[in-house]
Amino acid sequence: MTSTTTAERPPHRPPKPGRPRHRWTGWGFLAPFMAVFALVFVAPILYSLYLSVYRDQLVGGNSFVGLANYHSALTDPVFWESVSRVTLFLAVQVPLMLFLALLLALALDSGRLYGRDFFRISIFMPYAVPAVVATLMWGFMYGSRFGLVGNANDLLGVTLPDPLSPGLILASIGNIVTWQFVGYNMLILYSALRTVPHNLYEAAEVDGAGQLRVITAIKLPALRGALVIAAIFSVIGSFQLFNEPSILRSLAPNAISSGYTPNLYTYSLAFSGQQQNYAAAVAIIMGLLTMVIAYAVQLFGMRKAA
Amino acid sequence: MGTPTPTRTSRPRRRTAPSPLRPPRPRLRSRRGGSPAHPRRSAALTLVTGLALLYSLVPLAWLIINATKSQQSLLTSFGLWFGSDFALFDNIAATLAYDDGVFVRWLLNTVLYVVAGAGGATLLAMLGGYALAKFEFPGRRAVFALVLGAAAVPGTALAVPTFLMFSQMGLTNTPWAVIVPSLISPFGLYLMWVFAAQAVPKELLEAARIDGSGEIRTFFTVALPLLAPGTATVLLFTMVATWNNYFLPLIMIRDPDWFPLTLGLNAWNAQAATIGGEPVFHLVITGSLLTVIPLIAAFLLLQRYWRSGLTAGSLKG
Repeated sequence: MTSTTTAERPPHRPPKPGRPRHRWTGWGFLAPFMAVFALVFVAPILYSLYLSVYRDQLVGGNSFVGLANYHSALTDPVFWESVSRVTLFLAVQVPLMLFLALLLALALDSGRLYGRDFFRISIFMPYAVPAVVATLMWGFMYGSRFGLVGNANDLLGVTLPDPLSPGLILASIGNIVTWQFVGYNMLILYSALRTVPHNLYEAAEVDGAGQLRVITAIKLPALRGALVIAAIFSVIGSFQLFNEPSILRSLAPNAISSGYTPNLYTYSLAFSGQQQNYAAAVAIIMGLLTMVIAYAVQLFGMRKAA
Repeated sequence: MGTPTPTRTSRPRRRTAPSPLRPPRPRLRSRRGGSPAHPRRSAALTLVTGLALLYSLVPLAWLIINATKSQQSLLTSFGLWFGSDFALFDNIAATLAYDDGVFVRWLLNTVLYVVAGAGGATLLAMLGGYALAKFEFPGRRAVFALVLGAAAVPGTALAVPTFLMFSQMGLTNTPWAVIVPSLISPFGLYLMWVFAAQAVPKELLEAARIDGSGEIRTFFTVALPLLAPGTATVLLFTMVATWNNYFLPLIMIRDPDWFPLTLGLNAWNAQAATIGGEPVFHLVITGSLLTVIPLIAAFLLLQRYWRSGLTAGSLKG
């Protein structure tokens, strides 16, 4: 990622005598983005930091409490339970999805599929489906009343485990997320593979390398950057898990609590519990945690490159 | 790709005189699966990949099939086959008419959010990405770090303070509350940046400057056409993000008149669970189908453009 900046930095060049290039011209083009960015990213972050060190009390009103909100959050069992839940989700769903996406991208790129373009666009299609629709749809299908699980039970005369039960709901959510994003990740990886110069394959052929060798020696190294990016985005996505559990709650109220994921917890605190200061502290901790893990993924991915 | 897949018989045989146009390839050990550069189609691999295809398409098939059922047969018929009645058109009519046609209102809201939000986001990302790729200016590296860092901040972590700020500015419950935050797409900026770096040659810009073209004119006449595939890609991805957005409007919008489709559908679905609420599952399913169709159509129609943009701007670590 950083290679872009270094690669695009032009050699040091004296300003032209006739028409000096304004050092600030670039800012003119960037300013609109940065102005809105300041309003919807920087200001809320600063405001959030401010909120998180205050507490609104019935008696005494708004008072400065220092790091008390953070302390409460870090000793809050509901918070930790939700963090460990998304961590488990992340540890299982993300590797599984990325591995699947990798296999599919390699299959597409191998040139050995019949109807490759049909495969590519069809597997990508769920990405276009809103999370709300995807969750409603899968929620219906999971249902033992008129869903596919119910159909299977009737048809086979069995009782399949209920995907909406507390024990399985996390896996059911993982399935919805995987369904939505496997094609998207496949496409990112596939695009990266398309940029591999074709003569590398010709050279490998001359050297007598087989398909597997080409995959391990040429394709996987070429994919490293894209894989790291995909992993980072998936990590962020897992920690932000909100839509699927929040919509499934109406179908499985017993399996999904109001603090099921950190984001659901933050939302419930701020909008149902009126604890906006505490919610801000929880959100900041989650933001920091996400950044640390995203950064770790990047370091890990790049170190392997060296 | 359109590259022909040569079979073993199509390779030049040993005794044939090499044609001057096609230099003979070095002789290789013949391999059952073809060689890396000249693979052969494989039925087995196609079948295995077909499982992933089924996984992706069966839920969509379920959606289409069940949109054709009346609420009654929805509950009684097999999920992956048509019911005894074909009620698709009745369902569509009912979806559009239910509750004084509020679905149409939601559709128009969604279109407004997409045109203003995704259109604006693409424009800002295009200008910004071009600036980052083609100009040297103070603070450029800081912008890089700031924006990439921001991409890692959970969007939902920003929700509470953004809501409170917007609420004080009187923006909540208005379209602005959804449009303004949609204008920033860190991923869009990054993609435009990588794309502009590759697609717009510096020499071309220098030439335009020497010819006396101002920066703005150079951007519109020289850079803009070259940026088109990247722009199409970013536009499509920001469109999806805005069309599918649920969390932001959930927080910002209370008035159902300003709901986007996603919030509306969920409200219809939740209606069944409320006491005295009328279950309208057939409308939820048909409405979902109607919500999905425009985006799938956009992806299919614009394939050529966004695909080339994605490949050219593809991420090389």
